[in-house]
Amino acid sequence: MKLYDYILSPSCYKIRLMAALTCVKLDIHPVDFHPGAEHKGAELLALNPAGSIPILEDDDLVLTESSAMLVYLAAKAAPEWLGRASAEEAARVQQWLSFSGRLTASLGGARLTEMLLRPGDIGALQTQGVLALRELEAGLVEQSLRGMRFLAANRPTVADIACFPYVVLAPDGGVPLDPYPAIRLWSRALRGLDHFIEMPGIHRLHELKPEPHIEPGEA
Amino acid sequence: MIDEWYPVGLFSQLDPAGRQTALMGEPITVGRDAEGNTRVTGGNGRTLPVRLRYGHVWSSLGEPKKELFAIPEADQPGRRFVDVGVVRVRCSPLRAVENFLDVAHFPFVHTDILGAEPHTEVQNYKVEIREDVDEVWATQVKFYQPQAAKSASGGITTEYMYRVPAPTCSVLYKTCPPRPSEWDVITLFVQPLAEDLCDVWPWMALFDDTTSLTDLIHFQQTIFLQDRSILENQIPCLLPLDPGMEIPTRADLTSVAYRRWLKRHNYTYGAQLVAQ
Ligand SMILES: N[C@H](CCC(=O)N[C@@H](CS)C(=O)NCC(=O)O)C(=O)O
Ligand SMILES: [Fe+2]
Repeated sequence: MKLYDYILSPSCYKIRLMAALTCVKLDIHPVDFHPGAEHKGAELLALNPAGSIPILEDDDLVLTESSAMLVYLAAKAAPEWLGRASAEEAARVQQWLSFSGRLTASLGGARLTEMLLRPGDIGALQTQGVLALRELEAGLVEQSLRGMRFLAANRPTVADIACFPYVVLAPDGGVPLDPYPAIRLWSRALRGLDHFIEMPGIHRLHELKPEPHIEPGEA
Repeated sequence: MIDEWYPVGLFSQLDPAGRQTALMGEPITVGRDAEGNTRVTGGNGRTLPVRLRYGHVWSSLGEPKKELFAIPEADQPGRRFVDVGVVRVRCSPLRAVENFLDVAHFPFVHTDILGAEPHTEVQNYKVEIREDVDEVWATQVKFYQPQAAKSASGGITTEYMYRVPAPTCSVLYKTCPPRPSEWDVITLFVQPLAEDLCDVWPWMALFDDTTSLTDLIHFQQTIFLQDRSILENQIPCLLPLDPGMEIPTRADLTSVAYRRWLKRHNYTYGAQLVAQ
């Protein structure tokens, strides 16, 4: 399976992360997204007329939507990630997969503008990003009232992976995450998963290290 | 600092129509004239000085007293020159340079690439202000690195030399895994937009015939993005130039010399002084 990849792209990271979590080996093909804009060159436009990455190729299957790639990886290697235990769960997965596109447009757009100088209306992008974060926070709080720790179930699904990267990287676009306690807990739960991998700006859980020892009388 | 040279764009991506950017709070335009010459224009329409060097366009708001600093390796045959591309950082331009000079953060910020616990010790090294060239130099900086470069195949002890030839530019020389007799050159060229905002233009001149250009760019961008999240959270935002505000350790000798050198020259754009 060949992934056209950019190391700083949260959308590409979704696929690398999903593959790592489900132990699928990817053949990574690096794309000079910045500064080279290779994804807008003739060769990649022929594969994906939308001019975006990631692109995933497996034999004659070519996918250009990250949500479809997540579903493909899960269906092939780890169907429990599809979240199809009930009609409601399957619907919630679809709901959040579609919602993830709003995160890409808003928080992802703000990040490109703030970090890589892409032209954009930064105020509007940040506002849209905050609205999306509030909706996600509310969704997670409702899930926790139902006794579920993740977006669609009490276990992670492709929906969580689709939403996670742009949310965690919101501060790169000047959108702070401090006001969202449920999002922080959810992010910790995902970062603590077996086989979790990092990308620049998204760290593994350092809290898994031993607690510092405090001498009696010190603190 | 007004008379110093600053990077204002990539030469390979010059926009003939002119790109709007800024230098120390003044809006400037970087473009080409009808004859194809690179032109940088200041806020009031005046023509600013231009140099095309090291993959970038350089300019100044004032009248530079010195030529743009030399990097002899930029003319050495066999090297690959890599335009890494701009990254904007919400931090003082001086903070961006200071962070670049510090090896002690490698194991914690660039974990498993430029450093790894428990190899956190910075051995003794030499720091000096070279009066003849008026540059800050740190030499014999040695550090254990799990993956020193894209071309390194395992952990090695890397040697570094750091050089600050201009207030917002640093050049580092490090062990070149495929060619032990030479140094790889990695630079950080910082364009000060405001005292707390900068565009950072990393650039490299490497001996590496096997790694693809895209891989080299991704490697360096990964490293720099790890620094960015640290830089955007430093307190205070401006770089303190008076002793007492931050306590230096032995490993920070380069930073102490850099701050001293900045203060001596009154390079205070992006700095904080006690009197303020
Ligand atoms: N098709 C969407 C697109 C993802 C997306 O927006 N990717 C960004 C990189 S992170 C991109 O290629 N943007 C094109 C551009 O900004 O030029 C997906 O797969 O989720
Ligand atoms: Fe660093």
